[in-house]
Amino acid sequence: MEEVDVEPTTTPIPGFDSNQKHLGFVWGPGDILVYETIYKASGGSAGGCPFVHEVRKDEDIYSPILRKLFNESHHIFVGLQRIREDLPSKNKKPQFVSISKNYRSVIRACMEELQQVAVSTQDAALATQYGNQVSILLAVELIWNLCEVLFIDAAPAGSLVLHLLDWVRLHKADVDEKAREVLASESPAEHQAYWDVVISYVLQGRMDEARQVLVKQAALQPAARAMFKLLDNLLMKMPIFNPGETQTLTEFDVKWRHWREEVDRCLQDQSFASNPHLEDICKILVGDEDVLLEHKELLSTWYHFLVTRLLFSHPTVKPTELHYYAQSSMHMFLDTRSVPEPLDSILLAAFEFDIHQVIKDCSIALNNWWFVGHLTDLLDHCKLLQSHNLHFGSNLREFLLLEYASGLFTHHSLWQLAVDYFDHCPEFGRVYLELQIERVPLDTERKALKVIRICEQRQMTEQVRSICKIMAKKALRNNRLGSALSWSIRAKDAAFATLISERFLQDYCAKGTFSDLDLIDNLGPAMLLSDRLTFLGKYREFHRLYGEKRFSDAAKLLLSLMTAKIAPRSFWMTLLTDALPLLEQKEVIFSADQTHELMFCLEELTSEKSVPNPDRPMQDEDIETTKIELLRLALARNLAMAIVKEGTVEV
Amino acid sequence: MEGINAKYVSKKISKTRWRPVSSSSLQQPDIFATGSWDNEDNSISIWSIGENGVSIMDDEFEGDPQLVCEYKHNGDVLDLQFLDQDRIVTASSTGAVTIFQHHHNSQTLSVSQLWDRAHHYPCDNAPCTGVVCNSPEIVTVGEDGRIMLFRADQEGVLRTIEKADSSAIHAVTFLRTTEILTVNSIGQLKLWDFRQPGNEPSQILSLTGDRVPLHCVDRHPNQQHIVATGGQDGMLCIWDVRQGNMPFSLMEAHSAESKIFMEVVNSLKRQVDLQFKGFNSCFCCAHSVGGPFSSIKPRPPVLMLRGWITVALGDFFKFRHTILLKRWTEHKHNFSQRNSPSRWEPVPHQCLAHWGL
Repeated sequence: MEEVDVEPTTTPIPGFDSNQKHLGFVWGPGDILVYETIYKASGGSAGGCPFVHEVRKDEDIYSPILRKLFNESHHIFVGLQRIREDLPSKNKKPQFVSISKNYRSVIRACMEELQQVAVSTQDAALATQYGNQVSILLAVELIWNLCEVLFIDAAPAGSLVLHLLDWVRLHKADVDEKAREVLASESPAEHQAYWDVVISYVLQGRMDEARQVLVKQAALQPAARAMFKLLDNLLMKMPIFNPGETQTLTEFDVKWRHWREEVDRCLQDQSFASNPHLEDICKILVGDEDVLLEHKELLSTWYHFLVTRLLFSHPTVKPTELHYYAQSSMHMFLDTRSVPEPLDSILLAAFEFDIHQVIKDCSIALNNWWFVGHLTDLLDHCKLLQSHNLHFGSNLREFLLLEYASGLFTHHSLWQLAVDYFDHCPEFGRVYLELQIERVPLDTERKALKVIRICEQRQMTEQVRSICKIMAKKALRNNRLGSALSWSIRAKDAAFATLISERFLQDYCAKGTFSDLDLIDNLGPAMLLSDRLTFLGKYREFHRLYGEKRFSDAAKLLLSLMTAKIAPRSFWMTLLTDALPLLEQKEVIFSADQTHELMFCLEELTSEKSVPNPDRPMQDEDIETTKIELLRLALARNLAMAIVKEGTVEV
Repeated sequence: MEGINAKYVSKKISKTRWRPVSSSSLQQPDIFATGSWDNEDNSISIWSIGENGVSIMDDEFEGDPQLVCEYKHNGDVLDLQFLDQDRIVTASSTGAVTIFQHHHNSQTLSVSQLWDRAHHYPCDNAPCTGVVCNSPEIVTVGEDGRIMLFRADQEGVLRTIEKADSSAIHAVTFLRTTEILTVNSIGQLKLWDFRQPGNEPSQILSLTGDRVPLHCVDRHPNQQHIVATGGQDGMLCIWDVRQGNMPFSLMEAHSAESKIFMEVVNSLKRQVDLQFKGFNSCFCCAHSVGGPFSSIKPRPPVLMLRGWITVALGDFFKFRHTILLKRWTEHKHNFSQRNSPSRWEPVPHQCLAHWGL
């Protein structure tokens, strides 16, 4: 087993004292059940806490606002899977980039909503919780954006710096706020944050905005106009690589070097000596790292420092060289004594183009699999992940998606999203789905039908059967025989159908009437599912025929029930008793042959009962014998009348 | 797609209902109620769209629906109806039937009456699956196969029809003031007359063959003997209760596996008649899981119905009447008296996919 990279965090359980007792635990799909055992740490045993605690790692799926994140990203995920495989990959890149942007916009939307609620809520604990979630989402979006720039978009040298600049600008939005504040004031040039704004703009490479703000200062100091004009000129002439033009990288490089020399000359000439701010700006333009480091608070992060440094010193940096600069920037910027935060090491791993390390670190740092699952899936579609099989799950993408979806399945409502994720895991998805879908709690028939439909769409007949059986058992427990029967017919479960039919017949014997006629009368071909069920249906039909006074049909049916052995032996007595009224009718209903058959059945029945049963009370025996005698008498009389009738010749 | 708004509400919604407006006013309803299901905590909510009455012909609609008030609900809301302007009746998966009162002054909801285990099994809870009202009478049906008749403001049960059905009853509708129609999960339509004592239906209709569960039923607004039902297999059947026990028209939704939920909106009848005299039926069906609206191709209908059927969809769908009217105008010229199909445009996928139906 691999070693753990970080110390696992400990979570204290209220009411347990881990020094005293051993804890027992069992894993669930998304959480752990923890209980106190009777074993003490040092021998002996004593009574303890009677509670079982459920420890859950992922709180996020229960947050109502984050739910939007899961739903929308599910939709994007499904759309991504449907992108056709046969398109050449260079056509697909813009699609992948736009999908990545979709994901990020969903993250941003959730972040904004969370922020709004965090600000407006009265509850302090809730506000901190939301605030935490916002910062996590911010970090997540930062990482995703960087991955998009470096891996998915895979910008070449030249545009790489531009994209990184966009990345930094997106995540450092306070500059615009400050600028608005400054410009809105009465005398912008004298605002205390004025130079901060100008320098921030320059650090972010936003030369036009910087020039616009500088103009305010220039207006105030007409004497120094020449200096301001010079700086303005320099800022305006700064070459920016334009990937659309025919300008090649080397041409741009040459231009840029010329420009830089010009700036350098201005510095050497002491042109800006009288205004330290302007001199600072000039030094920044030249890429002076010490001056950059002086403005640490304005940069605020080492990756901003990195990008600014690249902009002004190495704008044609190649992707492969990035990690040198990243490492050195981080060291220069951060205090050497402080431990790098998880975010920093993730970003560094990204700059080093070590995708697996990024995913690994993110998995450890975040508490659910949402981010790594979706990101890995997207990267896998871009064919950036080498597939190597892990011990568990077929490859990294599938493993992460399976983990994520399993976590979703525990949610009472989001389980439906998880079904789609399982569908798109080719190797183990179906197995996982089969196991999980049976365990969705089924409170109402509507939910059961929904689950069944999901199974039917995927041809999971076993699961359909098992769910129908669960519903049938539930119905049976509540004495709803009709419902139970219709569920077991749906499940094509012959054994259970037999059981329920038995119950129906027992009820009939006890009460003398059938219940749930609306089902039994309309069984149709489903009657053939089990013998007992067929008998039930046909027996009911017999009653119906009798009720409609179609005696000869009823008689035929009755006989066939016995002779075709559809009726169980135990029921024959009842059937023969039912035949009595038919035998006693004025007109002859049973023909001679039929009467012979009836007698045969009666004999078969009585020959089995020849051994008297000592357990049965005497009255029952008497009733039995009386019944048999009555039957014999009726049969004999009927036979006589039948023979006479059949022998009579109409003259 | 113009005219359609989508709002994410973080809960699965099972029913939405517009508050009824008085029949004299031509204003569109602007308040609706929703009930949620399959969440850990379910609730019923009241939403409002637009501050003032927006004129009928406005295509654009500004703003999202605003949540006016919300109240916790025990169990899934399986059905919801407005009893009158202020009161809402809900059917719960715990078997309870609740009347909520909406207080306009304070914009709050409160429970005004509760029949707790209206539908129940001997040991478990039985979900109450459908409720329909004809103020002040309320009829509810449940999975326990019972039909209950209540009166608002009266404590006890007015009438119970025990063992009305051997399987679960899925939906109910009023045919006349004393007659109701129920559908169950073995594909049968039963007609009940409250004037008659006893527990037997006055009529049973069914499609012979498989016992496909029927999920919803509604009757034609003008002709009381015509009813439509939607089934599990995606078939829409039109029945005439006076004659025969077979449906006289069957329509198939585009893809057979969807469930259909539908309802006739009476309040639109007037607009429909004004705008589209002699125009004929249109059916609107939605797939309940993430799919777009299907376009319905009716087989040459034997009888054309006049009416309007809109969907009371799973999740919240800002289903404005005028949007539908707009749809009508676009397609009116496509329709001829013969058999050309009337088509619906599919709703873009992203609208429906938000809602964990």
